[in-house]
Formats: sequence, structure tokens, C-alpha cells
Amino acid sequence: MKHLLARNRHLVQRIGFTSITMMAFATVFPIVATVIYILIKGGPAISLEFLTGFPHDGMRAGGILPAIIGTVYLTLGTAVFSVPLGIAAAIYLSEYAADTPLTRTIRIAIINLAGIPSVVYGLFGLGLFVLFLNFGTSILAASLTLSIMTLPVIISTAEESLRAVPQAFRTVSISLGATRWQTIQRIVLKEALPGILTGVILGLERAAGETAPILFTGAAFFLPRLPGSPFDATMALPYHLFVISTQVPEMPIKIQYGTALVLLVFVLTMNLIATIIRSRARAKRQW
Amino acid sequence: MNKIVIEDLSLQYSDGTESLRGVSLGIRQNAVTVLFGPAGGGKSTLLRCLNRLNDLTEVKASSGKILIDGENILDPKVDVIALRRKVGMVFARPVVLPLSIRENLTYGLELAGERRRVKLDEAVERSLRLAALYEEVKDRLDDPAIALSGGQQQRLCLARSLVLQPEVILLDEPTSGLDPISTGKVESALQELKQDYTIILVPHSIQQAARTADFAAFFLQGELIEFGEGKSLFTTPKEKRTEDYITGRFG
Ligand SMILES: Nc1ncnc2c1ncn2[C@@H]1O[C@H](COP(=O)(O)OP(=O)(O)OP(=O)(O)O)[C@@H](O)[C@H]1O
Ligand SMILES: [Mg+2]
Repeated sequence: MKHLLARNRHLVQRIGFTSITMMAFATVFPIVATVIYILIKGGPAISLEFLTGFPHDGMRAGGILPAIIGTVYLTLGTAVFSVPLGIAAAIYLSEYAADTPLTRTIRIAIINLAGIPSVVYGLFGLGLFVLFLNFGTSILAASLTLSIMTLPVIISTAEESLRAVPQAFRTVSISLGATRWQTIQRIVLKEALPGILTGVILGLERAAGETAPILFTGAAFFLPRLPGSPFDATMALPYHLFVISTQVPEMPIKIQYGTALVLLVFVLTMNLIATIIRSRARAKRQW
Repeated sequence: MNKIVIEDLSLQYSDGTESLRGVSLGIRQNAVTVLFGPAGGGKSTLLRCLNRLNDLTEVKASSGKILIDGENILDPKVDVIALRRKVGMVFARPVVLPLSIRENLTYGLELAGERRRVKLDEAVERSLRLAALYEEVKDRLDDPAIALSGGQQQRLCLARSLVLQPEVILLDEPTSGLDPISTGKVESALQELKQDYTIILVPHSIQQAARTADFAAFFLQGELIEFGEGKSLFTTPKEKRTEDYITGRFG
């Protein structure tokens, strides 16, 4: 009887393990399948001309350079606003703000901001940056809109990384005659940097792939030249993909998948960089 | 000569704990003064008052005075940075900063504005020798400090507090995690150091208290019960409660 129970338990454990493993595969499978599918379908479209040329024949031929450049501009523009502001906010929340109802409200607001649908950010950006501040449909307005969307991600990951730095480091630093700010600069930020960078990249990666926030604020259907200033509208990869997939009749499938592939590689590369930073930091960590 | 005079010091944390109650105490220059007593007696709290490290914690109310060289350091107008350079501290758990051995030592000096390489190198060597660590680490000053053993880390922390050439050194159970040999090294370093410094030590055992104390203060639940010369206090305590604690009847 005892014997039987023991064997039974063994069996249950095996079944448990197997099903967990299968579930893990089930979550990874769609991602891998998508990447492979797009790679196969879009791979043949990739050529030097595709990456460095302008679209022509009503976007049915040629390259996607303006969309690539546009996405790079928008990502950098987003970084310019959201990174310094986000890190500053995180430093304030983690290092200076006392635990008061006000700061608790701020934190809850930040968490909730992360859950707002991106099209709402788009409308907000249209109202505030494009119309009210009169930036027009421009890289500037789109970058600011994307920044607002990205900020919560950056703030909450940065705050978390700052809080993870042991309190004892701060105490010791202060006891050696450092000010709070010197302690943050020399010890806390340095230790939290990998975590902060990871959050920044993940936030920017999301911004790079979004269509809705730039739809009304900065994205152009087609431009015959590259944008010349932050006040110009721009083409962008995700919006271009949307356009050529839904708005252009008789669009060659190959170009659609080629564009998707470029966007995917762009975003996955950022993801890869974030992963490398994180694992390197973990290996080097001294606490 | 009394370096430090504590007058009627009381302190209450924001959760309501009264950690110090009317403590008055004079601390002699160039001597080791030991603060001992059972857990929660307020020893660490008192140390953290002496370099104003309690500014970082939530203190509800405090009253009284701490005079160092005649100046009340609890005065809000006091330059706390200068105070902390003058009153160094070594914590119970050795916390090395996530920097190299050398950088741990030069950290405070660089913050104080010292840039000259020669001066920094001199200070590193001097403080390591004082903490009896120099021979063990002289060839690997640029290695991460975390790679040192626990005992070495604690002596590095001692050295780090000495780099700034403080006048007072606070040590909160500095040998609690150390083996007897490392403990011995730290204790003999302290005996050397007291020629030049005022040392306040919270020992991790009564034996250590008795070994090291020139003067000793017995704390119980925030109150100073008895204070006197180490020799007489540990052999012929005046207070019943001190005697009970020393002879192991409680605590
Ligand atoms: N940051 C704090 N906030 C609230 N209460 C505290 C804080 N630090 C210490 N206390 C309380 O103050 C009292 C004295 O604590 P303290 O750490 O000074 O004692 P101690 O004599 O150093 O004890 P130990 O021998 O355990 O180190 C204790 O009751 C403790 O719970
Ligand atoms: Mg203590």
C-alpha cells in the first residue's frame, strides 16, 4: 500500500513537470513561429536597395529608407525627452520623496498610466502638442507623445532598480561625509544603471513599434524626401507597415513582410542589447 | 580631558520607542569607552547621534545636548558633513562600497576635495597600516573590495574611517562576524589607535568589553545605569543590575 502511494506520487510529479514544460513551450511557440514565418516571407525582400532606397510606383516598389530613418528619429526624439525626465522622476521618488499620500498618489498614477491604450496617448498628443502648442504634425509632437507613453515604464523600472541598491551603501557613504546627492551620483546610480538602462531600452522599444500614438501626431503617409527638421512630419516603420498593408491596393506581399521584418529586427535588436546589459550586470554585481 | 559631553540626551523614534532616556555621560579623549548592555538598550542609537546619522531615520523627538569640543552638534546649524569627517564610524556588518579596495579608502577624501595622487596614496597606505591590513592587500589595491574575507573587509571599513583622520571613532560591534584571530587584530589596532583618537566601542561580548574598556557605560532600555573605569566596573560594579548582567544572570 505504502509502496503504491510512493509510486503514485512519483507519477503525479512526472505529470506535473511535463505539463509545466509543455506550457512553457506553448508560450514560446507563437513568438518563435511568428519570427520564423516573417523571416521566411520577408527575407527575400531584403536588399541594399530596399534598405537604402525610397519607395516608388505608389510604394509598390523601391525601398523603405524614409520609414527606417523616421523610426530612428522618433526613437531618439523619445529618448531625449523621456530618459532624463524619467530617471529624474525615479530618483526623486526613490531617494527624496517621503512616503506621503501625495507620493503614493503619484506612484499609483504612474502605474495606471502604463495601462492606458496607446491610441488615447495619440489623441492626447494631438490635442496638446499638435494643436494647442502648435507643433503641427511633426517629429517633435510625435516624440513628445511617445515620451509620455514611455515615461511610466522608465520611471517604474528605474525606481525599482534604485530601490534595489542596498540601503547600507547609502548609510556608509553618508557616514563618510558624502551628501545625499553625491551618494546618489557616485554609488546608487552606478549600481542601478544596468537596471535603469534595461527599462529605458524596453520603453523605447515599445515606442519604436507603436503606430497609434504617432498616427495623428507625426506620421506621414508618404514623403518624397527625408525630414529636415523636428517640425517636419516623418514616415515611420510601424505606420508604413499599416499603410502598405491596408491602404495600398495591389501591394506586393513581399514588401509588406520585408517591412515587418525590418521593424522586427529593429525592436529585437534593442531587446537583445537590454538582455546583454542585464546579464552582464548580474554577473558583475557585488552584492 | 573630556572630548565629548552628553547632557540629558533623550530620543524617541517615530514608532514611539523611547530609545534613550536622559543620558548624561562624559567621554574621555585618547581612551576606549565601551557602551554595553542587552539588546535594544540604545547603544547603537547613541552612536548614531554622535555623527548625526540619525538624521536619516525617522526620529519623533529628541532633546538634550552633545558637546564635542564644546560645540553642541545637535544644533541644526551644525555642518553635518564636517562633523561626519571628524567623527568616523564602523558598522557591525562590514559594508564595503561596490568599488575597489583603493577607491573605498579614497572615497571620503575625494569628496572632501583631495585630488592629489600622492596624498591619496599616502592616506591609503597609512590607514591600511593602522588597521593592520596593509601587508595583506598591498599588492591588490585595485581589486574589488568585495573579494576580501569578512575579517579583511571589517578592517578595510576601519581603515576607511581612519583615512579622513577623524578625531573620534565610533565602532558598533565591529567584530561581531569575525573569527578570534581577526577580532584580536582589530582589538590590538584599537589599542594603538587610542593614542591619537577618542574611541567609542559597542563590544559584541562582555569579554570584549572587559578586555578593551578604559571606561565603560552600562545601558539598559535606554537608560545609562552605571558608568566608570573599566577595571572597577567589571570587577566591582556598584549597581545590582550591572552586576547581574555582567555575571550573566540576565541578557
Ligand atoms: N530606526 C529605528 N526606528 C524605530 N525604532 C528603532 C530604530 N532603531 C532602533 N530602534 C529601537 O530603539 C531601541 C534601541 O535600539 P538600538 O539599536 O539603539 O539598541 P542597541 O543597544 O544597539 O541594541 P543591540 O545590542 O541589539 O544592537 C530598540 O527598542 C529598537 O527597537
Ligand atoms: Mg546595536
